[in-house]
Amino acid sequence: MSTTEARPPAFQVDRAALRHLADAQVNVELDTGDMILNLGPQHPATHGTLRLVVRLDGERVVSADPVIGYMHRGYEKLTEFRTYPQITTLINRIDWLSSFANEVPFLNAAEQLMGIEAPPRSQYIRTVLTELSRIATFLLFLGEMGLQVGALTPAFYGFRDREHILNLIEAATGGRFHPNFNRIGGLKDDLPWGWIAECRSAMKIVLDACDDFEDLVLGNEIFEARTRGIGIVPAGVGASYGVSGSNLRASGVDWDLRRDARPYLVYPELDFKVWTHPDGDSYSRYWIRLQETRESARMVLQCLDQIPAGPIMAKVPRIIKVPEGETWVETENPLGQMGYYVISKGATGPFRVKIRSASFSNVSILPWLLRGVYVPDVITILASLYFILGDIDR
Amino acid sequence: MSALPVLALQLGWGTTLAIKTLIILAIIPLGALILGYTFLLKMMSHMQSRLGPMDPGGFHGWYQLVGDGLKFLQKEDIMPAQADRRVFAVAPAVVVLSTFLVFLVIPIGPDLVVKNLDVGVFYALAVSSLSVIGVLMAGWASANKYALLGALRAAAQLIAYELPLLLAVVGVVIQASTMNLQGIVLAQQNGAIFGFSGLGQPFILTQFVGFALFLVAAQAELTQTPFDMPVAESELVAGYMVEYTGFRFLFFFIGEFGTAFGFAAIAATLFLGGWAIPGVHGTWANILGPFVLFAKLMAVAFIMFWVRFTYPRLREDQLQAVAWKYLIPLGLANILLTGVFKVAF
Repeated sequence: MSTTEARPPAFQVDRAALRHLADAQVNVELDTGDMILNLGPQHPATHGTLRLVVRLDGERVVSADPVIGYMHRGYEKLTEFRTYPQITTLINRIDWLSSFANEVPFLNAAEQLMGIEAPPRSQYIRTVLTELSRIATFLLFLGEMGLQVGALTPAFYGFRDREHILNLIEAATGGRFHPNFNRIGGLKDDLPWGWIAECRSAMKIVLDACDDFEDLVLGNEIFEARTRGIGIVPAGVGASYGVSGSNLRASGVDWDLRRDARPYLVYPELDFKVWTHPDGDSYSRYWIRLQETRESARMVLQCLDQIPAGPIMAKVPRIIKVPEGETWVETENPLGQMGYYVISKGATGPFRVKIRSASFSNVSILPWLLRGVYVPDVITILASLYFILGDIDR
Repeated sequence: MSALPVLALQLGWGTTLAIKTLIILAIIPLGALILGYTFLLKMMSHMQSRLGPMDPGGFHGWYQLVGDGLKFLQKEDIMPAQADRRVFAVAPAVVVLSTFLVFLVIPIGPDLVVKNLDVGVFYALAVSSLSVIGVLMAGWASANKYALLGALRAAAQLIAYELPLLLAVVGVVIQASTMNLQGIVLAQQNGAIFGFSGLGQPFILTQFVGFALFLVAAQAELTQTPFDMPVAESELVAGYMVEYTGFRFLFFFIGEFGTAFGFAAIAATLFLGGWAIPGVHGTWANILGPFVLFAKLMAVAFIMFWVRFTYPRLREDQLQAVAWKYLIPLGLANILLTGVFKVAF
């Protein structure tokens, strides 16, 4: 009747137990848990959609796990439903910064299976364009790396100088990023008039740009302090993770597929040096790519001197059917070893294609490499490993 | 007040206060805009071969800054769902407030100073470090890990670089025997170089170590490259500002460039003789003073932004090492030397 009458409580508070709990909490050490930071998939340092799940203790990385696949486009499967000429369109988009270099190994594989040899002139032009795409990729790297360690200006220089290369590629092929210019047995078109002279002057610009980068970026004390001894990849560890290309040469491994693989394009006829650096840190990776940019420019100049006249297409049937067989072709791409394992069952398209892309293996070393470094070093290491998301996810 | 007719007008304290407030309120955004336009848009574009900021509006891309400002005004004002709403909203104002307070004590002519404080330098450096509170508020209230990292970095950095900044100024204070900024300017104007008093004696001639220390420490206080870890675009995206959009971001922007303007003005006053130019006194100094100071502070700001657009970023531990291992001992040595010379001569 009276509302003030005390009701029995719905539950009994066990104060003794609570006191026990409180005691327990006082005695527990202050818990400073690790912070989990999601670097990406939308982050300026990841060149696209790489995601790094980083456990941080303050600014120090406890562990880092790359999460890939945000850009998986299923190219290996798609190739099974395309004809050989159609596939070049797809593989252009694997490593989109050096599309032309991607086309070469696949076309080589198809040509090997068909027993076709592209004419010398087209081989030379292919070599020139491959090296141009390498220069374009590395010029971007030389600028981008500066940006990632905090200097804004080199990035613009990199983009500006790369523009000359892209203009050349556009003039020759019609596409700046995705030339789709290779054909089985040769090339779509010959070089336009005056292109060779243009290319020579552009190479001079590239060599000058390399000198600039050497002075402005490599010569900078802060850059050196930020990159020396950061992200050291020992040669053995790098090789066991499948790291290839400039990243492995920066660890002192003298291995360049342009020289060491089954000969392709006209590399056996060119005189070039394979650069290595003993340190294996971020600084040496920058240094290696700088030297290789110069070396590529010199190779282009050599090619331009030696380029023969003649046809640019071999005789190929109108409908391309690749005879039964399988082959493995690997080339030295800007990002590292790029390989295609092509199995043909005699149809207009391949039965199965396995794509070995460099960035996938280069990134796989990240959990090993990032343990114990500071957050800014994560960015330095990511930048110096230099990966393209399309090349990881395919 | 001087003999200049305009300045000789008898103004009530209310009117004077209103005028002073208006000037201070106008000078920050104006200074920020001038620095933003001159250095961020024009100088940076020239250094980096950028065509974009040179294009809008025809002549030399004059419209770019207007366009940028309008863009900020029409952006959506986003507040993260997890944010501490009140703190999040107040933080930009706190940052800008510290900038406003600095300008109260900077003299722009013999009679033109809002508040002629006896402890002017001390006050200016004290209020300029208030902005770190705003930065911490922004970073904490954003409920974002990047913002938090940025804010904590900013706090550590600003505290570490207060010391070299102060030590750099102490040399000047010893030499001028006053903390009053007006007094420091007069000491430079009335000084003499080896007995030659025609040019006065800008303290940069004797306090060049202090000047260098001041510039380095100011660069860190302003979180400019090579000390821009709190905003580190390539790592923390934009650090404590990452969740701010539109008008609130504009506040941070004005705060950043307004503070740069303020520090350049302090450096020009302490080391380059402030508003004084040789041979100009009295009324003309009042008229020319603001322009002279402006020219000097632009020269200082040019150096600051030149460094900003040239260097990469240090790492957090390297930044602390620079402060504690090099700048602070150097500052102390400078004070010692200044003291010895002060007593000796």
